[in-house]
Amino acid sequence: MFRLEVAVKFGVVVFPGTWSDRDCGWVIDRVLGQELTYLWHKDSDLKGCDCVILPGGFSYGDYLRTGAIARFAPIMEKVGEFADRGGLVWGICNGFQVLCEAGLLPGALIRNASLEFRCEWTNLLVERTDLPFTTKCSDRDVLRVPIAHGEGSYFADPATLSRIEQRGQVVFRYCDAGGRVIPSANPNGSLHNIAGIVNARGNVLGMMPHPERCAEAELGGTDGLKLFRSAAENALKVLVS
Amino acid sequence: MIARVIVVPKPVVNDPQGLTVKQGLASLGFREVTDVRVGKYIEVNLEGASEHEARRRVEEMCRQLLANHVIEDFRFDLEPEHKRR
Repeated sequence: MFRLEVAVKFGVVVFPGTWSDRDCGWVIDRVLGQELTYLWHKDSDLKGCDCVILPGGFSYGDYLRTGAIARFAPIMEKVGEFADRGGLVWGICNGFQVLCEAGLLPGALIRNASLEFRCEWTNLLVERTDLPFTTKCSDRDVLRVPIAHGEGSYFADPATLSRIEQRGQVVFRYCDAGGRVIPSANPNGSLHNIAGIVNARGNVLGMMPHPERCAEAELGGTDGLKLFRSAAENALKVLVS
Repeated sequence: MIARVIVVPKPVVNDPQGLTVKQGLASLGFREVTDVRVGKYIEVNLEGASEHEARRRVEEMCRQLLANHVIEDFRFDLEPEHKRR
C-alpha cells in the first residue's frame, strides 16, 4: 500500500443524486491509505480537508441543467473560498459540470453529439504534467480511463476556447491508443477533443472521465491512480492559508 | 403575474436534439424544415410585482439560474394573472 508520512485529508462532496462518492472514497481510503471524509451538500465547512473532490452522479437529478442546482448548495460557497486560497478542487464527471456552472471553470458541458449515454474506455493524452493533479504522469502520457455520461460534450465560445488553449488550460484530450488526437477518438463531440481542463491558476481541475474507476488492476486498469497520487503528493504544498 | 420563459441553445452551440428532430420531421415528409432547435419552456408565477419590477426580477432569474449564458439564450413574456382565467 502506498503511504505518505503525513496523510492528506481528502473531502468527497455528496449531493443528493451523487453516485461516485464511494468509488472515490474507496481509492482514497483503501487504495492510497489517505484520510477521507465525506462532505454533505448542506455542510458549511470543509472539515479541514486538503483536497476537495466533487464526484460523478446526477446531483439534484440534473434538473434544469447538469450541475445547475448543485452549485447553490451551502458547501459550494466553501469550495469556492477554498479554491481562492489555492486549495485543490477536483471535479469528476458531474463534478466537472458543477464547476462550470459555478463559474470556477470556463465553458459548459452539453448533450453528447451522439445523443447516447456513453459508458466505455477512452484514452486521454496528458498535456500538462506540471499540475498538482498530474505530476505522476510522464510527458505526453496516454491514460486509459473510462467515461460514463450523457452530457459531456465540452463547449466554450471561440474567444474562451482560444484563451484556454493559449494558456495551456487543456489538461486531457481524447486520443487513440497511440496518443493521436483524432475525431474518431472523441466519444461525445467535445470541442478540440477536450476531456479535462484546469483554471488559470492550475488548482481547479474538471474532467469527464472517471479516474476512480481505474485505480485497481481488478477493475481493468490503474492509470487513474497516477492522478490520485499526484493530488496526494501536492495537496499540502499548494494551500495558502 | 405569470412569466413564460423560453430558453434555447445559442446559434453557435451544436444542438444534436434539434438535428435529430429535424431528421425525424424530414423522414415524415416535412421536407420544408430547414432547422430545428430544442429548448425549454418554463412558467414562473410571481405575486405582487408591477410589470416593470417583474420584468427586472425575471430577467435576473434567467441570468442567475434559468439559463446558462455560455450555451443558452432566453426570452420571456409577462402576462397578468387575470387574463389566464
